[in-house]
Amino acid sequence: MSADAHEHHDPPFWKKYIFSTDHKVIGLQYGFVALTFLAIGFFLMMVMRWSIAFPDRAVPMLSDFPWFQAWLDDEGKVTGELYNMFGAMHGTIMVFLGVVPLAFGAFGNYVTPLQIGAPDMAFPRLNMASFWSFLIGGIVMLASFFLPSGAAKVGWTNYSPLATTTDLHFGDLFWTGQTLWLVGMVFLISSSLLGAVNFITTIINLRCRGMTWMRMPFFVWAMLVTGFLLLLAFPPLEVAAIMQLMDRMAGTSFFVPTGLNVNGAEFIAAGGGSPLLYQHLFWFLGHPEVYVLVLPAIAIVGEIIPCNTRKPLWGYKTMVYAVMVLGFLSFIVWAHHMYMTGMGPAISTFFQTTTVLISVPSVILITSILISMWGGSIRFTIPMLFATAFIPMFGFGGLTGLPLAFSLPDLHLHDTYYVIGHFHYVVAPGTIFGLFAGIYHWYPKHTGRQMNTMLGHLHFWPSLLFMNGIFLPMMLQGMAGFHRRAFDGGKAYEEISAQIFMGDGVIARAFQSLLGRTDEVLATMGRVTAEGAADHSIYLIDLNIVTSTSAWLLAVFQAPFIINIFWSAFSGKKIKNDNPWDATTLEWSTPTPPPHGNFIEEPVAYRDPYEYSVPGADTDFTPQFEPDAGDEVEETPNLTPEETVEGE
Amino acid sequence: MDIEWINEILYMHELASEHAEIGNHVLAIIHWFVAALTIFWTGFLVVILWKFRRKKHPSARYHGITSHFSTHLEVGVVIVEVVLLLGFAYPLWAKRADIENMPKGENVVKLRAVGEQFRWTFHYAGADKMLGITNNRLITGGSNGIGLDKNDPNSLDDFVSVNELVVPIGRPVIIQVTSKDVIHGLAIVPFFSQQDAIPGTEIPMWFVPSKVGEWDIVCAQLCGASHAQMVASVVVMEQKEYDEWHAAQNPMLPKE
Repeated sequence: MSADAHEHHDPPFWKKYIFSTDHKVIGLQYGFVALTFLAIGFFLMMVMRWSIAFPDRAVPMLSDFPWFQAWLDDEGKVTGELYNMFGAMHGTIMVFLGVVPLAFGAFGNYVTPLQIGAPDMAFPRLNMASFWSFLIGGIVMLASFFLPSGAAKVGWTNYSPLATTTDLHFGDLFWTGQTLWLVGMVFLISSSLLGAVNFITTIINLRCRGMTWMRMPFFVWAMLVTGFLLLLAFPPLEVAAIMQLMDRMAGTSFFVPTGLNVNGAEFIAAGGGSPLLYQHLFWFLGHPEVYVLVLPAIAIVGEIIPCNTRKPLWGYKTMVYAVMVLGFLSFIVWAHHMYMTGMGPAISTFFQTTTVLISVPSVILITSILISMWGGSIRFTIPMLFATAFIPMFGFGGLTGLPLAFSLPDLHLHDTYYVIGHFHYVVAPGTIFGLFAGIYHWYPKHTGRQMNTMLGHLHFWPSLLFMNGIFLPMMLQGMAGFHRRAFDGGKAYEEISAQIFMGDGVIARAFQSLLGRTDEVLATMGRVTAEGAADHSIYLIDLNIVTSTSAWLLAVFQAPFIINIFWSAFSGKKIKNDNPWDATTLEWSTPTPPPHGNFIEEPVAYRDPYEYSVPGADTDFTPQFEPDAGDEVEETPNLTPEETVEGE
Repeated sequence: MDIEWINEILYMHELASEHAEIGNHVLAIIHWFVAALTIFWTGFLVVILWKFRRKKHPSARYHGITSHFSTHLEVGVVIVEVVLLLGFAYPLWAKRADIENMPKGENVVKLRAVGEQFRWTFHYAGADKMLGITNNRLITGGSNGIGLDKNDPNSLDDFVSVNELVVPIGRPVIIQVTSKDVIHGLAIVPFFSQQDAIPGTEIPMWFVPSKVGEWDIVCAQLCGASHAQMVASVVVMEQKEYDEWHAAQNPMLPKE
């Protein structure tokens, strides 16, 4: 690495921390913005959960805020419009502004170059452009809340023709939430594309000496595959967004069929378009996107498990191949989101087969991680707790996808809460636990201090409990036929919501008393049996209250985490050396925090990434960056990683 | 004991159509498979966490297990999935979705379901058992909400039922599902049936009601601000009752 002359000047603050081209600063920028968006997305969801649990009651506190006064009804209750707006933006924010930027933008940016021994990303300015494009996209999305039309209201999928026919009564169509959603998406997608190109180039070209393909940490492999997913899956959505924008603004009819009749009047459009085309384009992105959300989390867990079990990753090569197969297959399963669109036997045979096939590499990944732990010496650090919890939570999310993979059960479960429960298990206690694990794990890398363990426990255990409190009831409601996106939580469907499934048993009684429902209360609710006694049986609509309460409590127990992040930066326990976890990968060989250019000396990867507990070694970890006693370091800096391997 | 009890303890909805039984059966098989894997994996994880905690197992083994356990597991999973696909998923879906193989003949009740913000209009054939031609351009506010073409003789005795789907028990019902404005979803939970209503297309769904009763019809696709309140109902009647109801309906188009 040649030292750049600029390095010796201390750049001004704005250049160092705001318009920075350093991958670590960009990673942190991504991280903070993404965490903020996760909090915003969480807040939207809490308002929605109020409406679902208590559709008859005013939302507490919110009516004091002028913005909410415009959107709540006269009695302070959530309206269908507000619910749809928050629902659409909850999905959009969580996926495109929260999880992807945190997983790929933050962890990917910060960790990848360090793990492969690179001084920075291949295209630092492109990296900066990627972040700023992301931020602009995010600001556009947030700004759309404050328009007269409010933000987009058509679900995070933004299906046509509803997306095209909504909010047309506002004079200037450009300044409506629906339009700005599309504009925002174009920025977000462009940001991801820039990032993807950068990651792929960096991983292929900037690996240090000795960092052969099969010596790359599993995290880097996952980032490479994620990069390809973003590169290939996002352009179709960008195209779809632009086409939908044209439908809205320029009078085209890509997704608008002939002869629509909206609100009792003929909808003036050229016609001839296909709403299904939009769905295909959307889900061609949408399904690989799931793996964009999941792979980084698996990758983080794949780093933390070997480190905390003091044992090499079992089946490393198999996992690498599995993740590649997973990436490929994720491109040919998209239409399993569309079984209910009139899909005939031939096409559904194809998509059912590919969907079931994709479970094979997923099972390989989870099983390999589990087997890696067998024979280890497990230390239950906070990152390890989150990583451990990730396995069953993600596993359960994946397994509940099985009934949905087949089109016949989908006749019952499609668009019910079963689906919501399924994918949230994958993404919330799955991916987000993986991301929390990553934050606790790499926090000392940048701050030189550990996050507080006590606060960590106070964050982890309640989060685990309440995550399940939120999503487990959803599986049951879905089985009972509760459909999603109903702002009253299914109250309008009395038949379905009021069905009695469980007799007057112990569980039902305990459940009712948990909700504070004595016999008198039940009687005032009209819950009496034919004989006139209080009816204790469970009405599935009541589970809405369990879910919502769990969601609010989950929010409360994120406070220890937020406090921990800030408090530990100044007062956390200082780490004794640059490698506090006794880990083996290259990022722990740099100073803390890593300087501009990352490494003091040229890094060399001498061995496989997870050499823990090597028989005969002095310590239970033999880092990639530590030369063997007999090793001669070759003084040939221009060798490619592959050439070095032949020299050994 | 029936294997379906796993669905019952998961609060499966009451079922009221012929194919719902086999659907429920398949779902139960998959749920048993899911339950087995969940219990196995969770149990395995708990054993690992207990057995290999640092206190009890202070130094890790460098070499991983060498058994073919994971291969066997993988092969087992694949075999079950292949059986599910070949034995159930393909043939059963072909029965539901193959337009060529849908029931035919006098016995079949054919009707249309037209979604709009925020209600369902069910379009029935009159005594001639033939549905008239419709065209969205012919829609007029109150009197012809589905755009029936009065030049088609089949249209003249057609009638509509708003937000109430009435069907006879034991006969195949084929509903052509469509929409006037945006995408809706006709979900009839007790019938184990749903179908997206996509404007510009007419997609058939079919079932044979097997139980007399009345249930809610849910709109399954987000269709606007009042999506949650787009409630309709399905009523299953005995044949005699159904005939009486059918005969009592007035044609939609005014007599000229």
